[in-house]
Amino acid sequence: MTAQTGMLAAAALVFRRDILLALRHWGQVAQPLVFFVMVTTLFPLALGPELAQLREIAAGTLWVAALLASLLGLELLFRTDHADGSLEQLLLSGQPLAILALAKGAAHWAVCGLPLVLLAPLVAIGLGVPAGASCAIMLSLGLGTGILSALGAIGSGLTLGLRRGSLLLGLLVLPLAMPALIFGARAIDLAVHGDSARGPLLLLSAMLALCITLAPPAVAAALRISSE
Amino acid sequence: MQPFNFSGLSARGIEFWRGDRRVLADVALELGAGECLHLLGPNGAGKTTLLRVIAGLLTPEQGTVRWGSRETRDDRDAWCASFSYLAHSDGLKPELTARENLLYDVGLRRPVGDAEISGALAEVGLSDAGLQTAGTLSAGQRRRLAIARVVLAATPLWILDEPYTNLDAAGTERVSAVIGRHLDAGGAALIAAHQPPAIRNHVPRRLELA
Repeated sequence: MTAQTGMLAAAALVFRRDILLALRHWGQVAQPLVFFVMVTTLFPLALGPELAQLREIAAGTLWVAALLASLLGLELLFRTDHADGSLEQLLLSGQPLAILALAKGAAHWAVCGLPLVLLAPLVAIGLGVPAGASCAIMLSLGLGTGILSALGAIGSGLTLGLRRGSLLLGLLVLPLAMPALIFGARAIDLAVHGDSARGPLLLLSAMLALCITLAPPAVAAALRISSE
Repeated sequence: MQPFNFSGLSARGIEFWRGDRRVLADVALELGAGECLHLLGPNGAGKTTLLRVIAGLLTPEQGTVRWGSRETRDDRDAWCASFSYLAHSDGLKPELTARENLLYDVGLRRPVGDAEISGALAEVGLSDAGLQTAGTLSAGQRRRLAIARVVLAATPLWILDEPYTNLDAAGTERVSAVIGRHLDAGGAALIAAHQPPAIRNHVPRRLELA
């Protein structure tokens, strides 16, 4: 028998392939990011340029916009793979599917979540947030988008076989994302008012750890069901 | 090519329902080293369904699939590593070049070098198309590329669902030759096709699904 690819090498290949694919059709990848910027700039336009008022709603605005933007990005996670048959090849590759799913999720986060995290402090300035809160914003959204990618991957896997899965995907994922939204927005709010955001950020980290450990097997099971 | 360690595939009493329609009823098959089994039957007879059941993509209501002495569902990852599956859809990424498609797909199974990829592309007659993106290849060329992936995976068992779709006469001949070499090396092939595969020195056994 010939030598086999190890589990981690296989995961690295999947990660690299997905990043390469994202770079080749970056227009599609940029859509959620543009959506995020658009939504957050609509608020000052609609509410007026009163910075004190904008500062009060900045945390909620950033988080809801990020939540909806990553929901848009989830469309890209498994759907094209399912349509062109490459998902089936992943399923039959003889590698543990949960590890491959984790690699796909990580690549998805690097392409959809990370740019959003990097852009958020800039967008926040437009909402009157002091520059001192940038670190908390990036941490809060970084952990948050990770949680959303994990939860979204489960939902995305489950709704793959359905013709109009996108709406159902939102209905599945958004309620599960509520705890993350509550603590994430709270962390930013605390930082905006100059308080320590440590508590909610630690809770978010715990949620992310839980998601990273429990989501991959769930995603793998969802993908197997959807490909039947 | 080194000889394969072929354990023998056998399926017994496979029964599969789709809704209230019984697609497969008590299907059995045996496949040994160096053998080719040609699965035939009219459209809707359940050829693809049977291949997917054997591959483990579908769970049958009844019946078992064995690889050697073990049931395939007992160790799914090891079973998947011992066959390659050519599905109806080619499973290629249109944004990646032919070489990249092979590198990433086959790489999941075993480390594969540039020379090997070139060899496999030449075998299916795609030497000049290596740097073209799969999206710009014709349907027949994509089929050949998908077959190159099966060749490179170097597994003892090939499960091929309509391998001759979209192929011209030269392509059909090449693919038959590729399958022939695989059988000569002690591999086995399970092929669903409407036309009987014409493989030199090998007479495929037939299994007709009603």
